[in-house]
Amino acid sequence: MADTGRDNMEYTGAPSVKERAVKILTMLLLVLWALVVLFPFYWMILTSVKGYGAYNAEYIPKFFTLHPTGENYAEAFSAVPLARYFLNTIVFTLVTTGAMLIVITFAAFAFARLRFPGRDLIFVAFLALMMIPNELVVITNFVTITNLGLRNSFTGLILPSVTSVFYIYLLKENFEQVPDNLYYAAKVDGTSDLKYLFKVLCPICRPTLVTVTILKVIECWNSYVWPRLITDDPRYFLVSNGIQEIRENGFGRENIPAMMAAVVVISLPLLVLFLIFRRKIMEGVARGGLKG
Amino acid sequence: MENRDYKGYLYLVPAVLFLGIFLVYPLFDVFVYSFEEGYNFASQTYRGFGWYNFRYVLRDPYFLQALKNTLFLVFITVPLSTGLALLLSVALCSIPKVRELFQTIFFLPYVTNTLAVGLVFMILFQKTPYSDGLMNLLLSVFGIAPIDFIGGPYAAKLFVLSFYTIWIVLPFKILILTSALTSVDEGLYRAARIDGTPPGRIFFRITLPMIRPMIFYLIITGFIGAFKAYSDAVAIFGVNLNAAGMNTIVGYVYDMLYGDSGGYPSYASAAAILLFAIVLTITTVNLLVRNRGRN
Repeated sequence: MADTGRDNMEYTGAPSVKERAVKILTMLLLVLWALVVLFPFYWMILTSVKGYGAYNAEYIPKFFTLHPTGENYAEAFSAVPLARYFLNTIVFTLVTTGAMLIVITFAAFAFARLRFPGRDLIFVAFLALMMIPNELVVITNFVTITNLGLRNSFTGLILPSVTSVFYIYLLKENFEQVPDNLYYAAKVDGTSDLKYLFKVLCPICRPTLVTVTILKVIECWNSYVWPRLITDDPRYFLVSNGIQEIRENGFGRENIPAMMAAVVVISLPLLVLFLIFRRKIMEGVARGGLKG
Repeated sequence: MENRDYKGYLYLVPAVLFLGIFLVYPLFDVFVYSFEEGYNFASQTYRGFGWYNFRYVLRDPYFLQALKNTLFLVFITVPLSTGLALLLSVALCSIPKVRELFQTIFFLPYVTNTLAVGLVFMILFQKTPYSDGLMNLLLSVFGIAPIDFIGGPYAAKLFVLSFYTIWIVLPFKILILTSALTSVDEGLYRAARIDGTPPGRIFFRITLPMIRPMIFYLIITGFIGAFKAYSDAVAIFGVNLNAAGMNTIVGYVYDMLYGDSGGYPSYASAAAILLFAIVLTITTVNLLVRNRGRN
């Protein structure tokens, strides 16, 4: 509606009162939702720099503080093993993403470039797997990992999430866009398939690989359900489980500022990643990322 | 040559192995579990096969509560979030100068840790002996008495959960809708303007029909996503969702599997299968409605 209000101006000359009102209302709506989005971030940063005593003395919450303090951050890292959760999540994210990249690159290469009996049939079967909801298979996976004695281990955390049919599909589509000639030229030169894959195909398809990597990193950083099922030893907690543990048992329930400091620390890496790779992330999500 | 034909399989081995163990086998196994009566997790034995697990789950008050919560959540958040996303996307596209900035801001919830930011929402809405919390401060301006949104009346808790869910899912919807809106052919608008079509008519006759496929896509994925709600509820109400009366179906599944009330993969499987029967039905109905609308 508002969209056409603007464009009408080109035809009718000066904007009418009605058009201007629509534009102001539109702007108001945008600003309002921006506030709703930003406010929780503001509040968590604000609370994290309020002193413990000062915070608890505020029956009516204050919207700013004149005495910011870093003590909550020190508390967050010393009273609970926040650094450990952080490190675990980094290890988990790096290994999972790395392993997944290898698995999906090989699979996508086979589907896109190699010829073997039943290839298309297998690919269709792969696509059908995309419809299986995670919630259905997590029960058996939990039992499998438990029976293998892999609870409270990185192996148990990582194994079920190193493949993604969707990313194989995405990469295969991209690999197929690379001209056949390059492959045959490489073959004539006596280049092996593996060498062609890593020296030619992967560099050309880097943008897609980067997109997949970023999306997987976001997914790993935020994963909660599987780690919660598979770990009950805090030494293996990821940040999501860590923050839940902090909420239930850490700091004493009332130390909200320290809790918020932990929340800020946990949220920061992804926010920084987002500000750097904003375009890539949004483009990648639009191509098929889904939360949850 | 012969040899090379089969090399493709070699490249597929890791993917097939992982998918087989963690996706295909479990899919069949979950049905087996759901029919094994009296399954004992420790000894891995069971009494017999039958419908008992399903009957048990359907009579369990916790499941019924979880079902009720989930249905409320779905039918509140899906229409509201889709409508709001549409409104905001249209607004975004109408002011190109600020579009980039606002789009970036609106996207932020997508890259946040659900569990972590849920804590912030909890604090904003919580009423404790020390403070009524910020939300109640806001409400008091309108003369409304303080409400405990986290541990109080059902409607208040449902409101917080719905609000947080919408906050979380909106970035994805806005992203999809803005790209759909910008891909509508400019020529259509120009033609309509030359004909002197009023803005409202242009929206309902051109914009909406052109982006309809995307709206349907969002509604369907929205339904599926909302039925699987879980982490958002944990983020706000804590791990013991049954005690808070705010459990969801997925939460019920996990509680049956693990934790203080866990150790019952059979009940968990039955509940998970029930959930997906519901999701499948609703998705099918959605698709039927869409196809009828098309003809």
